[in-house]
Amino acid sequence: MVKKIAEGSHAVAEVVRLLNPDVLAMYPITPSTHIPERLSDFESDGELDGTIIRVDSEFSAMSALVGASATGVRTYTATSSQGLALMHEVLFVASAMRLPIVITVVNRALSAPLNIFNDWQDSISERDSGWIQMYGEDSQEVADLMVQAYRIAEDKRVLLPVMVCMDGFFLSHTYDVIDVPEDLKGFVPPYKPEHAYLDPKRPQTQGAWAMQEPYFELRKELEEAVGAALPVIKEVHDEFAKVFGRSYGGGAIDVYGEGDTVVVSMGSVCTNLKVLADRLGFQVVRVRCYRPFPAEDVKKALEGKKAVAVFEKDVAYGTGHGALYNDVRACTTGKAVNFIVGLGGLDVPINALEKMCGEIDAMNDGETRWQR
Amino acid sequence: MVGGVVTKVGSLDSNKTGSWRSFRPVIDREKCIGCGLCKKFCPDVCIEIKDKKAEVDYDYCKGCLICKSVCPVQAISSEEEEK
Repeated sequence: MVKKIAEGSHAVAEVVRLLNPDVLAMYPITPSTHIPERLSDFESDGELDGTIIRVDSEFSAMSALVGASATGVRTYTATSSQGLALMHEVLFVASAMRLPIVITVVNRALSAPLNIFNDWQDSISERDSGWIQMYGEDSQEVADLMVQAYRIAEDKRVLLPVMVCMDGFFLSHTYDVIDVPEDLKGFVPPYKPEHAYLDPKRPQTQGAWAMQEPYFELRKELEEAVGAALPVIKEVHDEFAKVFGRSYGGGAIDVYGEGDTVVVSMGSVCTNLKVLADRLGFQVVRVRCYRPFPAEDVKKALEGKKAVAVFEKDVAYGTGHGALYNDVRACTTGKAVNFIVGLGGLDVPINALEKMCGEIDAMNDGETRWQR
Repeated sequence: MVGGVVTKVGSLDSNKTGSWRSFRPVIDREKCIGCGLCKKFCPDVCIEIKDKKAEVDYDYCKGCLICKSVCPVQAISSEEEEK
């Protein structure tokens, strides 16, 4: 392995090249643009085996991947914000057809007003699509998640699409010292599907019409499949740690520090929260795997704690809270408060986080505060 | 059957979609000139021209009646299906 100074997006592109997807559908959108840009460079230099399809929209991008994946090949794309929203309809098709498509979501705010900066509203809004969602704290983890994502998605016990989420600009456009693997050490074997593929010797219908009963059963199976992915996600995380020497807690959640108060969040804001955890003496529970939601792990982490504060960059409109808070709320009967931060890329400096952490004790159970 | 993949070939034989029909097209063999326009327009490939006359495959005809509207000599009428 070679440690190098790389932009987050470029590290992702390099790892994707190693993962060798057969079909890549590309429709660049800020801030995900540098990923397809770098993959196009690889293609022009003859360093990419797969085929890049230049599509006319994100709807087409996801549709092209569904078609390609249904023939039994590995697929990839990257997108952000409105792009992911435009894929919405096809995301549900991909998951229910059990196609292990992997995409990188470079998290960005949704319109309106038009805004290109980071928050999580785009991927959070797809939380019920039947996709696995993983959130990386830094670019190293995002690059490593890409490797883990294909192993998880293509595992015969899973067969589900995966979104690897990275904070737009904060990770995608910043340079960091990143250990980019030079080879994958056989960690991700070639994709050889047994359920959905193109073979004249075994004709099949995929994505067929279904009446009420089979539809109901298949939707129930999808929910069971997403839940059953959790132990595989943990197993792949542990095995990755053994092979590549990098561990991120336990796959589902990453628990840092000690204290009676627990701060729950996801993504890059957790780095500053961990610094504060050392300084102020609280515990950070970073949710790595948001769907399936690791409720049992979160419950265990919150047991006997004085209070939990959820920091998040999204809103579950009409509930008075963020989506992550609502999930965490269901895991504890104790005091839980919510901070909505960083919408539309509003800076979340460490001194603002420190001030908010100082407010937790005085807040009422169920209270939400908006950082400004 | 992961992801609803159907590997059984020929399920159409047992799945007779003609049962969805509310109206059935009826060909008047006297008026029919066997031009084949109805056959060309039928979205379910349910019309054949035999002995220069149109014949409907009621096992799969869903009763859209496009045949009735395109017939140049008004040889096709419709009857409500009784369930």
